[in-house]
Amino acid sequence: MSPKKKKTDDLINFTIDGQPVQARPGWTILETAEQYHIHIPTLCFHPAVKPWGGCRLCVVEVRYGKRGKVMPSCLNPPLAKLEVFTHSERVLNVRRWVLEMLLADCPASKEIRDLAREYGVTATRFTITDPEEECLRCGRCVAVCNEVVGVQALTFGSRGVNKQLDTPYRVPNNACVACGCCVTVCPTGAMSTRLDLVRGDVSRRTGHGFAH
Amino acid sequence: MERIKSAAQLAGLQKKLLKAQDPKRPVVRVCLGPGCLAQGAAMVSQAFKSTIKAKKLRAKVQPLIKETGCHGFCSQGTLVSLSPADLFYVRVKPEDVEEIVEASLVKGQVVERLLYSDNGARYKSAAEIPFYKMQQKIILKNVGIIDPLKIDDALMAGAYQSFAKALTQMSPEDIINTVSLSGLRGRGGGGFPTGRKWRRAADIARENPGPVYIIGNGEEGDPGAFMDRAIMEGDPHAVLEGMIIGAYALGANKGFLYVRHEYPIAIRHLSIAIEQARSLGLLGQNILGTGFDFDLQINRGAGAYVCGEETAIIASLEGRVGEPITRPPYPAQQGLWNRPTIINNVETWANVPHIIDKGAKWYTDLGVPYSTGTKIFSLVGKVKNSGLVEVPMGVTLGRIVEEIGGGVPGQERFKAVQTGGPSGGIIPYEFKDLPPADMKPARVGLSAPVPISELKKLPVDFDSMAQTGSIMGGGGMIVMDNRDCVVDVARYFLRFLQEESCGKCLPCRLGLKGMQEFLDKFSRGQGSVEDIDELKSLAQAVGDGSLCGLGGTAPNPVLTSIRYFRDEYLAHIKDHKCPAGVCKDLIIYRVDPKTCNGCTLCVRNCPQDCISGRKKKPHTINNAACIRCGACMDVCPVGAVIVE
Amino acid sequence: MKATTLEIDDILERYPKQPQHLISLLQDVQAEYKYISPEHLALICDHVGVPLTQAWAVATFYKSFSLEPRGEHEIKVCLGTTCHLKGGGRLVEACERDLAVARGHTTEDLRFTLDTVKCVGACALAPVVMIDEDYLGAASIPSLQKRLEKL
Repeated sequence: MSPKKKKTDDLINFTIDGQPVQARPGWTILETAEQYHIHIPTLCFHPAVKPWGGCRLCVVEVRYGKRGKVMPSCLNPPLAKLEVFTHSERVLNVRRWVLEMLLADCPASKEIRDLAREYGVTATRFTITDPEEECLRCGRCVAVCNEVVGVQALTFGSRGVNKQLDTPYRVPNNACVACGCCVTVCPTGAMSTRLDLVRGDVSRRTGHGFAH
Repeated sequence: MERIKSAAQLAGLQKKLLKAQDPKRPVVRVCLGPGCLAQGAAMVSQAFKSTIKAKKLRAKVQPLIKETGCHGFCSQGTLVSLSPADLFYVRVKPEDVEEIVEASLVKGQVVERLLYSDNGARYKSAAEIPFYKMQQKIILKNVGIIDPLKIDDALMAGAYQSFAKALTQMSPEDIINTVSLSGLRGRGGGGFPTGRKWRRAADIARENPGPVYIIGNGEEGDPGAFMDRAIMEGDPHAVLEGMIIGAYALGANKGFLYVRHEYPIAIRHLSIAIEQARSLGLLGQNILGTGFDFDLQINRGAGAYVCGEETAIIASLEGRVGEPITRPPYPAQQGLWNRPTIINNVETWANVPHIIDKGAKWYTDLGVPYSTGTKIFSLVGKVKNSGLVEVPMGVTLGRIVEEIGGGVPGQERFKAVQTGGPSGGIIPYEFKDLPPADMKPARVGLSAPVPISELKKLPVDFDSMAQTGSIMGGGGMIVMDNRDCVVDVARYFLRFLQEESCGKCLPCRLGLKGMQEFLDKFSRGQGSVEDIDELKSLAQAVGDGSLCGLGGTAPNPVLTSIRYFRDEYLAHIKDHKCPAGVCKDLIIYRVDPKTCNGCTLCVRNCPQDCISGRKKKPHTINNAACIRCGACMDVCPVGAVIVE
Repeated sequence: MKATTLEIDDILERYPKQPQHLISLLQDVQAEYKYISPEHLALICDHVGVPLTQAWAVATFYKSFSLEPRGEHEIKVCLGTTCHLKGGGRLVEACERDLAVARGHTTEDLRFTLDTVKCVGACALAPVVMIDEDYLGAASIPSLQKRLEKL
């Protein structure tokens, strides 16, 4: 490939909701949308950590030729000539159901209730197991503790419906440095009530998560 | 054993082994496949050994006892076959062994009562039985024939000949081309063209030198499927041979076999096979003197269905939780330790030696365009002949279920067939319109849809199956009759998937639970007709919103059951009835006074003590106290307990 | 039960000190001791060099690991599709009643652990129950009860 060709290839031209946009190589669809002030809702995405793609609120519908697909915008880079739709029926269907289910999963969170209301979801038909719950298991706290702070005091335990925020043996972890980053990045405030369950004896901390 | 240093030496060894074999020596093959084991095959084999020892047979008739892998005809186990007499005995119990030895081995007679009989016909040889006659065994050719623990046996059956050919006569490029031209598609369920996958990894490895890895996926998690288990247990060297050829083609020096921990026998047989291949020099350094190094190791799965997914296997091999990550990058680009990695199902690997041996043209002549070769299915459920079936792709479902499987016992036709496990669907005997628009098959689109109106006529290949809203998947085929409730089966799969979801994506973690809540309502006779449409909309959201195949295809059982069995849903919701008599809240157990002989067995076995009645008098069930456990129905010797 | 158990160090020695061997080590310890104790989990972490949080995540994610002691006999009722259709669910319920223990748990006397398993691959003989290493094919409530009484 000649250097000249490469230069014109540098920017990726595609459309979001019909509007022509340009992305730099390496950008995701979500990052490009932000540059153009096109709002895509997110919960698990945080600029300080690697995108994880768990909450699926940022899904968009992409059409490339005849093929259409729903995918999370935080993980996927755009391709040239891609048509992206942030509010198509399929996208809204995913968001509305996710929000309705979140209303049952973490009913105590005001942030979730407000977001749901934006999408016209005000009540849930699903069973509420814990009315006090605020945590939606978005993983921001786990990611920041691993990637940014680097002490790995927090993790997810179990799987599926039982997936939960854990420390080993559910006791305070001496690896925690009490930096509070997890509390800062938490989108619902669930972490502030949990910090004491995580934070062990800071004076005895080992710093690398091996302690118990 | 001495290390083999060249292809000629390998061929020489094979010749020597074949020459040393006495073709007249009687061989008794006892099936130790999972089905037969559950019926006491280990004791049958033991009985053969001890009887023969006790009888002190003359050297001339001293038979060889082989404990083999699955013969396939599991519903008739324990299976025993005798050669060269070509006799096939079914339902053999340890107490039958003495008679077999005495009559068949010593006197050369046939034990008539142990032959398979059906519709008045008796079959001496397995090849004549309709169940086997209509199959075409290629991958399973040696399964049930060879002793999987003896590499000599495999070598005599031709194992490692393709491997020698590939390493000494073909370039890696030739191998990838041959596999591409053969049209081989992934047997694990996705149906992705294997050659294309290999090509991608080979290209990337060339641009970006460094290690390449290959993985054999033996995490056969779909419930109702045991094809891979049969291959791994019955012919482990076939998997190894395929993987070594693949490794050579891709330039990989290290391979992993990821096997479900629920299959301890498969793990043992593969480990032994690897040891044997190593000691012969078929694995290790400078294989066959070609300068090519390759070794394999076994990793046991740790109990996670989601680890059948490529990226989750990789996470697991790296020692992490099996959480899938988004693709691209595909493992062929960035897999294990960020290096190009090829993951194929073990059945796919077992296909490779045959393609190399007989060529791409031969392979495409089997099967149909876009779905070439043969496929192994595990035919189970409410079908007369259940077991493993290998047929060319494109054979109709009717042929598999009705002709090979013998249909549903006592019923004119089957109600439905569930294929593809939790990612597949429930397809009915009859259906009207195709292809459905609202379903999301895992991967389709290589061939154009053909209109079909009856399940019987549906060709079983990747694309035709996908048109129904189901998938062919790994090859599980579960036949349902009219005592099986589709609402219950849909609920079953949702419960299964909830327990197996990794919990990363919200639509999967919470959505499966939400879908289950809808279905729970239906199974209690509650809910409304609108709820069915709401459920469909939620299912769509779960499918669209999930990252990996588990969540992405999770709606299929629900959507297909609604599509084809809407009436049955309506019967639950509107009439508060479960037509199949399964959903506990909508049924009652009753004793038919005319049939009941008053044996009191049910009275004694009822955990609730809610059955009353004196000896020799008809009993009655107190439905207010009954918990619908079905114990009474299980124990009733005359079938007097009925469900309404 | 085996008369002697291997020392934990002997199990650790089987694998090089690399994170990729975490799962294999957990499996070996699980097989030897029937569960993974807090002490063993910590030793495994030190050996392969992963933080305890990662080992905890792995040990609770995969179903074959148990962090609590398991019973002398393991009863695994298969709930694959075929077994489900042929009444596997009723067998689990019967075990729960007879042994007075919920699925996934161990009886108080540590005699039995009752578990369900997603298909053991013996579907032609459904419903199937695995009792320790043995298969019970075409199981019914009475045949299962009889088998359990023998233990």
